[in-house]
Amino acid sequence: MIDVYRHIALSIAIWLPIATGLVILALGSRAPGLVRPLGAAGAGITFLATVPLWGLFHAHSFAMQFGERVPWIPAFHINYALGIDGISLPLVLLTSFIGVVVMIAAGPAVKDRVAEYFAAFLIMEGLMIGVFCALDAMLFYVFWEAMLIPMFLIIGIWGGPNRVYATIKFFLYTFLGSVLMLIALLYLHFEAGETFNIASFYNLPLGRTPQILIFLAFLIAFAVKIPMWPVHTWLPDAHVEAPTGGSVVLAAIMLKMGAYGFVRFSLPIVPQASHELAGLMITLSLIAIVYIGLVALVQDDMKKLIAYSSIAHMGFVTLGIFLFQDIAMDGALVQMISHGFVSAALFLCVGVLYDRLHSRAIHDYGGVANRMPTFAAFMMLFAMANAGLPGTSGFVGEFLVILGAFKADFWYAVLAATTLISGAAYTLWMYKRVIFGAATKPSVAGLSDVTGRELSFLALLGAAVLVLGLWPAPLLHVMAASVHHLLLRPGVHLAGATP
Amino acid sequence: MAYITPVLPEIIVLTMACVILLADLFWRRRFKGLMYWVSQATLVGAGFAAYHMLGDAPTVIFHGMVAGDRLSAIFQIVIFILTIVVLAYSRAYIAERGVFRSEYFVLALTGVVGMCVMVSAAHFLSLYLGLELLSLSLYALIAMQRDSIGATEAAMKYFVLGALASGLLLYGMSMLYGVTGSLRIARVASVLATVPPHDLVATLGLVFVLSGLAFKLGAVPFHMWIPDVYEGAPTAVTLYVSTAPKVAAFALFLRLLVQGLHGLSGAWQEMLVMLAVLSMGIGNVIAIAQTNMKRMLAYSAIAHMGFLLLGLLSARVGGYADALFYAIVYAFMSLGAFGTIILLSRKGFEAERLEDLRGLHQRSPWYAWMMLLFMFSMAGIPPTIGFYAKLAVIQAAVSAGFYGLAVVAVLFSVIGAFYYLRIVKLMFFDTPVDAAPLRKAGDLRWLLSVNGVAMLVAAPWAGTLIAICRAAVRGLP
Repeated sequence: MIDVYRHIALSIAIWLPIATGLVILALGSRAPGLVRPLGAAGAGITFLATVPLWGLFHAHSFAMQFGERVPWIPAFHINYALGIDGISLPLVLLTSFIGVVVMIAAGPAVKDRVAEYFAAFLIMEGLMIGVFCALDAMLFYVFWEAMLIPMFLIIGIWGGPNRVYATIKFFLYTFLGSVLMLIALLYLHFEAGETFNIASFYNLPLGRTPQILIFLAFLIAFAVKIPMWPVHTWLPDAHVEAPTGGSVVLAAIMLKMGAYGFVRFSLPIVPQASHELAGLMITLSLIAIVYIGLVALVQDDMKKLIAYSSIAHMGFVTLGIFLFQDIAMDGALVQMISHGFVSAALFLCVGVLYDRLHSRAIHDYGGVANRMPTFAAFMMLFAMANAGLPGTSGFVGEFLVILGAFKADFWYAVLAATTLISGAAYTLWMYKRVIFGAATKPSVAGLSDVTGRELSFLALLGAAVLVLGLWPAPLLHVMAASVHHLLLRPGVHLAGATP
Repeated sequence: MAYITPVLPEIIVLTMACVILLADLFWRRRFKGLMYWVSQATLVGAGFAAYHMLGDAPTVIFHGMVAGDRLSAIFQIVIFILTIVVLAYSRAYIAERGVFRSEYFVLALTGVVGMCVMVSAAHFLSLYLGLELLSLSLYALIAMQRDSIGATEAAMKYFVLGALASGLLLYGMSMLYGVTGSLRIARVASVLATVPPHDLVATLGLVFVLSGLAFKLGAVPFHMWIPDVYEGAPTAVTLYVSTAPKVAAFALFLRLLVQGLHGLSGAWQEMLVMLAVLSMGIGNVIAIAQTNMKRMLAYSAIAHMGFLLLGLLSARVGGYADALFYAIVYAFMSLGAFGTIILLSRKGFEAERLEDLRGLHQRSPWYAWMMLLFMFSMAGIPPTIGFYAKLAVIQAAVSAGFYGLAVVAVLFSVIGAFYYLRIVKLMFFDTPVDAAPLRKAGDLRWLLSVNGVAMLVAAPWAGTLIAICRAAVRGLP
C-alpha cells in the first residue's frame, strides 16, 4: 500500500485538483449547489494526500524521493519525471495547504461565475504543485507557463476596476521573463546530450560565457516571478486588482517559485556564474529589503502595502540563497514557507475587511478593534509575524538569514537588519491606523466580527504561524540534507569557500 | 498500372470534380446537399489512395515530372484532411450566403489537385503548373460573391500580385535552367553541387525563386496580399486559403530549396533568416493595431509563417520535420479561429470585428473556452499544442546554432501574446453587446468542439505527429 503510494503520490497531488477543477467546469451552471462542496473536497483530499509525504520522507537523504518517470514526448526527449527533495517537500505541502485555505476563503463574496472561480483555483493548485515536483526541465516549463492561464483569468474576471491592465501586465511580464529561460533550457538540452533531465544539467562543463548567459536568462525568469527590484512593478498592480484568493495564491506560492528556481536551476547548473554574480544578487536583494520597505511605509492601500512588504520579504529569501551558507540558505527556505503563511493571512485579513466595507484604503478604517475583537487579535498575530517578532514564523527565517549575512559581511547584515525597523514600522503603523482608536466612522461602527468560516481559515493560518515560529526544528530537519548537499556540489562549494 | 499509382489521388479528385460539375447541371434542384457529400467522399477516397502509397518505394514517373515518395503521400494526406475539415466548417456559412453551388466545390477540388501536383513535383514545370492551378482556383473562389466589393477587390489584388510572384518564380527558374541546363529538380541539384557556392547567376536565380515562394507563403516583405485577401474573402474561403495552401507552399520550399537548391543552402539560409525575422516582427507588431478579427488573424498568419521558417532555415532534416509539424498545427489553430468567426456570424451579419467577441463567455461559455484554447495555442502557451510547435521550431533554430534568432523569435512571441490575450480579454472580461443566440448548425458546433479540445488533448501526443512529420521528410538532403 505504502509502496504504491510512494509511486503515485505526486501524480495524485498534481492531477486530483486539476481533475476536480475540470469536473466543476463541466458541471458548471447545471449543478451550482455542487460547486462549493466539490471544490472543498478536491482541495481537502489533495491536502490529505500530500500529508503522508512528510511522514514517509527520508530526511537524512538528499536524493529525490517519491520519484516517477515515464517517457512522455520521446520525439522531444521530454519525460514525465517527478520527485521531491527536502527543498520542494515543504513547498508542496504549503501549496496544498493554501489550496484548502483558498477554497474556504471563497465565501459569499464570490457571486459571479462561481464554477469557473473554483475550477481556476483548483487547476492552478495542481499546476503549482507540478512546478515543485517536476524533475524534467520541459515538464517544469510546461507547468510554470500553464499556471499563467488560470491566474490571468482569475485577476481578469474577478478582479477590481483596473483588472484588465493589471492582468495583462502580469501575464506579459512573466511570459517575457520565462521565454528566455526556454532558450537556456534548450541550450542545456543540447549540451547535456539531448535530455531535459534536470539532474543531467548539473555539473555540465560549461564555459564562463555560457554560464553567465544562462544565469542571466534564468535570472530574468525568476527575478520577475519573485519579484526582485527593479522588475517588481507588476506585483502591486496584480495584487491590488486580484480578488482575495488570487492575492493569496500569488503571494503565498507563486512568488516562491522564482526563489525555488534559483535553488533548483541557477545554483547547481551554473555555480560559477552564481558566484560571480552573487554580488549583483545581494545588491538587488538589499535594495528590495531597504528601499521597498520604505515604499511600503507610505502606502494607503492595504493590499499594496502587503504587496510591497512581500517584495521586501522575498529580498530576504534571495539574499539568503546567494550567501552560499547552510544557515542562510536554511533561513531563506524557512522564510519562504513562513511568508507563504503570513502573507496569505494578511491578504485574507484585508479580504475580510474588504468584504464588509468594500474599501482597502487605510484611511477608511480606524477603531476596528471595537467592533471586531476576534479579528483584531488574529490580525495582531499576523502583523507581528510580518514584522518578525520572535515566537512567530517570521522571526526564524529573518534571524537565520541575518546570521548568515553577518558571517559574509558586516554591512550586509546591517542593511538586512533595517527590515526589523521598517518591517515593524509599516506593518504596525498600518495595524494601528486600521484597528486601534475610536470607531468614529459610521461605516466602521456598523462592522460585525468574523463569521465561523472566516474564523476557520484565520485559525488554520494562525496555528501554522505559531507552530513554525515556536518549533521550526522539523522543517529545518527535513531541509538540512538537501541544503547541505546543494551547497556541497563541486562548483557551489569550491567558490563558496573563498568569498 | 504501377506507373500511375503516384498520381492516383490527383486522378480521383480531378475526375470527381468534373463529375460534380456535370451532375450539377442535371440534379441541382433534386439533391441539394449532394455536391457537398460527393466532394467529401472524393477527398476521403483520394486520402485512402494516398495512404496506400505510403509503403511504396520512391519513384519518379512521367519522364521525371512527378515524384511518388513518402513526402508527397504524407503532404497529400494532410491536404485532404485539412480540406475535408474546411468544407465541413464552411457548409452552413456558404449555404446562408447563396454560394452553396457546385462551383464552390469544384474550385475547392481543383485547388486540391493543384496542391497535390505541387507537393509531388519533381520538375520545375509540373511544380509551376500545380501552383498556377491552385492560384487560379483561389482567385475564383475569393471572387465567388461577385456582388461583394470587398471580395472582388481582394481577388483582384491577389490576382495581380500573384501573377507578379509567379513571374518572379519563373524568371528565377529560367536562370537556374541557364546554369544547370535542366528543369528536373534532381538534375538541378546534382549540377548545382558542382557549381562554385557563390555563382552569381545561380544565386540570382535563387533570389527570384525564393521571392516567388515567400509570396505564396506570405512572408514579409511579400505579404501585402494577405491582410486584404483574408479580410475581403468570404470567411469560408479565408479558412481555405489559410490552411491547406500554406502547407502546400511549405512543400514547395522543401521541393525547390531543399531538394533542388541544397547546394546553395548557405545562401538561402541567410535569406530565410531575414524573411523569418521580418515576418515575426512585422506580423506580430502590426497585428496589435488591427480592429478587424480577420485582418488580425492575417497578420498573425504572417508571424506564424516566420516561425515556420525557423525550422526550415536550420537546413537540417529534423528542422524540416519541425517546420512541417508547425505548419500542420498552425493550420488546425487557424481552422478553429476562423471557425469561431463562422459560428458567430449569421445571415446578413459577419462577426468580423474584435468587438463582436465581447462577452462571449457569458453568451456561450463553451465556445469561449474553445476560442481561449485557440488563442493560447496561437500564442504558444503550454499546455496547448501551439507551445510544442513553437518549441519544435525554436529547438531546430538552437540546434543549428542560431541562438540570436531564437531569442528574437521568443521575444516576438511575447509581443504576439498581447493581441491573443486581448481576444481572451474581450471574451471573458467584458460584457456582451450582441445578445443574439449563436448559430444552430450542429456539425459546425461539434467540429469546433473537437478542434478546440484537440488543442489541449492532442498535446501529449504531439510526439506521434512529429514522428509522422519526420517520416515525411526522411530522405531529404
